[in-house]
Amino acid sequence: DKTRRGILNQLKAIVGQGPLNQAAVTEIESLLLQADVGVEATDYIISALQKKLREDVTPPEEAIAFLKEILRHMLDEPLQKSHKPSFAPEKETLNIWLITGVNGAGKTTTIGKISHLAKKSGYKCLIGAADTFRAAAVEQVKVWGTRSGVEVIANPGKNTDPAAVVFDAIAAAQSRETELLLVDTAGRLQNKKNLMDELTKIRRIIDKKAPNAKIESLLVLDATLGQNGLRQAEVFSQAAQLSGVVLTKLDGTAKGGVALAVVQQLGLPIRFIGAGEGIEDLRPFSSYEFVEALLSG
Amino acid sequence: MFEALSDRLETAWKKLRGQDKISQSNIQDALREVRRALLEADVNLQVVKDFISEVEAKAQGAEVIAGVRPDQQFIKIVHDELVQVMGTENVPLAEAQEQPTVVLMAGLQGTGKTTATAKLALHLRKLDRSCLLVATDVYRPAAIDQLLTLGKQIDVPVFELGSDADPVEIARQGVERGKAEGVNTVIIDTAGRLQIDEDMMAELARIKQTVQPDETLLVVDAMTGQEAANLTRTFHEQIGITGAILTKLDGDSRGGAALSVRQISGAPIKFVGVGEKVEALQPFYPDRMASRILGMGDVLTLVEKA
Ligand SMILES: Nc1nc2c(ncn2[C@@H]2O[C@H](COP(=O)(O)OP(=O)(O)OP(=O)(O)O)[C@@H](O)[C@H]2O)c(=O)[nH]1
Ligand SMILES: Nc1nc2c(ncn2[C@@H]2O[C@H](COP(=O)(O)OP(=O)(O)OP(=O)(O)O)[C@@H](O)[C@H]2O)c(=O)[nH]1
Ligand SMILES: [Mg+2]
Ligand SMILES: [Mg+2]
Repeated sequence: DKTRRGILNQLKAIVGQGPLNQAAVTEIESLLLQADVGVEATDYIISALQKKLREDVTPPEEAIAFLKEILRHMLDEPLQKSHKPSFAPEKETLNIWLITGVNGAGKTTTIGKISHLAKKSGYKCLIGAADTFRAAAVEQVKVWGTRSGVEVIANPGKNTDPAAVVFDAIAAAQSRETELLLVDTAGRLQNKKNLMDELTKIRRIIDKKAPNAKIESLLVLDATLGQNGLRQAEVFSQAAQLSGVVLTKLDGTAKGGVALAVVQQLGLPIRFIGAGEGIEDLRPFSSYEFVEALLSG
Repeated sequence: MFEALSDRLETAWKKLRGQDKISQSNIQDALREVRRALLEADVNLQVVKDFISEVEAKAQGAEVIAGVRPDQQFIKIVHDELVQVMGTENVPLAEAQEQPTVVLMAGLQGTGKTTATAKLALHLRKLDRSCLLVATDVYRPAAIDQLLTLGKQIDVPVFELGSDADPVEIARQGVERGKAEGVNTVIIDTAGRLQIDEDMMAELARIKQTVQPDETLLVVDAMTGQEAANLTRTFHEQIGITGAILTKLDGDSRGGAALSVRQISGAPIKFVGVGEKVEALQPFYPDRMASRILGMGDVLTLVEKA
């Protein structure tokens, strides 16, 4: 199967050891498009590559190395700027991580995984169950709380105001000297104005009620997503003041290439990847691994 | 964001002014724009390639209609071909000769299977078809609770055996129960699974083998990217699907996955999900979907009037 042969072998089959030609560049372009990198970001990458090819005679190995460098640079760029490279809650102070995203992206599961990791790492942890809308959402996050041994603050009433739950959860976190409060929110599509306003309100309550807390606002993106991912990042960024991204479902064959465009255009670092439904299936993001997987076909 | 295809084609067709036929040489720029638009709408690259060569063949030698700009006429050819590929008409849900009709839901994680299970039941109830829902997702935390809650909302019974039972056995007994109670349709919700997860795919195959469904619906998220083709191919080859439901169309995705799903499986998209609530299910209309994928609407009416 052509797609499983690896990009380097594919290019060698086209140009041998000789310099890269247009056919080989087209092959790289196809690979990027099929990884959901998107037309615009692909154009950007291909023109950078072509510029290099015009300057030097470039055999396949070198071209691939250069391509990987471009991609890794795109992904690591936000860390060069304002965002700190290592990512962990600060000890002995309240950290609040707001987890947002469209429906079914993997928010609740990610919270389960992070709470487990944080607990194992010795943090005092709490979960706020602010998805008060979806059927059995609270039950779901409670199962995760039980699995990781982390308490869940929820409002037993039906269709209660999620902002009220967040308020209660922050109060609980403050009185218990919690170090990491994870806030699960309901899935929402970014074109639903009222739901995005609701999210803005949640964010505002966090800022107001916990002015000294270290706040991270993370967007959960499903690696299976196509180009709508970029739109999601734009709108959620506005509503929730995003500070990073979690890319889930990378255990499938989807590459999550839209994340490249998200990182580039919004300057948001990817912080974690989800690679399975189990509690341990969360890994810190590595641009090296991501790029290798992206180009593995 | 997306420039409407029609705007971009206008530029591509400037050079066509004064020409009265669409030919291979004057069509290339326009085809490139269509390719770009389809990729931006998340149609799978391979599907785009096949589609473009089909359009190229259809457009060859088409007379330019007086009073219609060639770019508009070209869009109509593209649009019609899209509608053609996506099945022209809406195909309703199967109904078995002998009750109960059995519907099996399948798909990747988080696409909307459980929600669609409830939505379908409500839809059928409005057609006076009684339903029983069967909860075979024993893996995802609170998946059974979710279906029970939805069942209660729409007043449709849910069959479950807890999360320690074997999904194949739950499905078998669920259909038995439906039969015994004279229910019109049994809808089986299943756990989300990756198409490369061999154990989970084998489980789904066993469920299908056991209950012999009249309808196996692949539930696909409209925001899916290039992967739509892969997942559809594998579900179709390993399980065999008879139709699809495209969910989350209330978003602002272009929904190019619809074209990939249809092209790869040949199975019709039967319904679309347009919201989180149980009422938010609609029949699938290929012409509306075609306009959405192309990011346009009014050009067609222009062409039709001419
Ligand atoms: N294969 C795989 N499945 C995942 C991953 N993360 C989450 N899932 C699955 O995706 C589905 C949806 O996950 P949830 O955590 O419920 O997603 P959510 O964003 O909270 O969904 P809503 O609250 O309904 O918007 C579940 O079946 C999860 O088990 C992952 O990294 N890999
Ligand atoms: N906006 C919108 N949300 C939807 C639609 N269909 C489902 N959802 C939401 O998408 C999320 C996932 O839906 P589920 O029905 O739990 O998906 P599933 O395929 O059963 O998920 P798993 O069982 O975990 O694989 C939930 O938040 C639903 O409310 C739709 O048509 N529009
Ligand atoms: Mg959730
Ligand atoms: Mg489900």
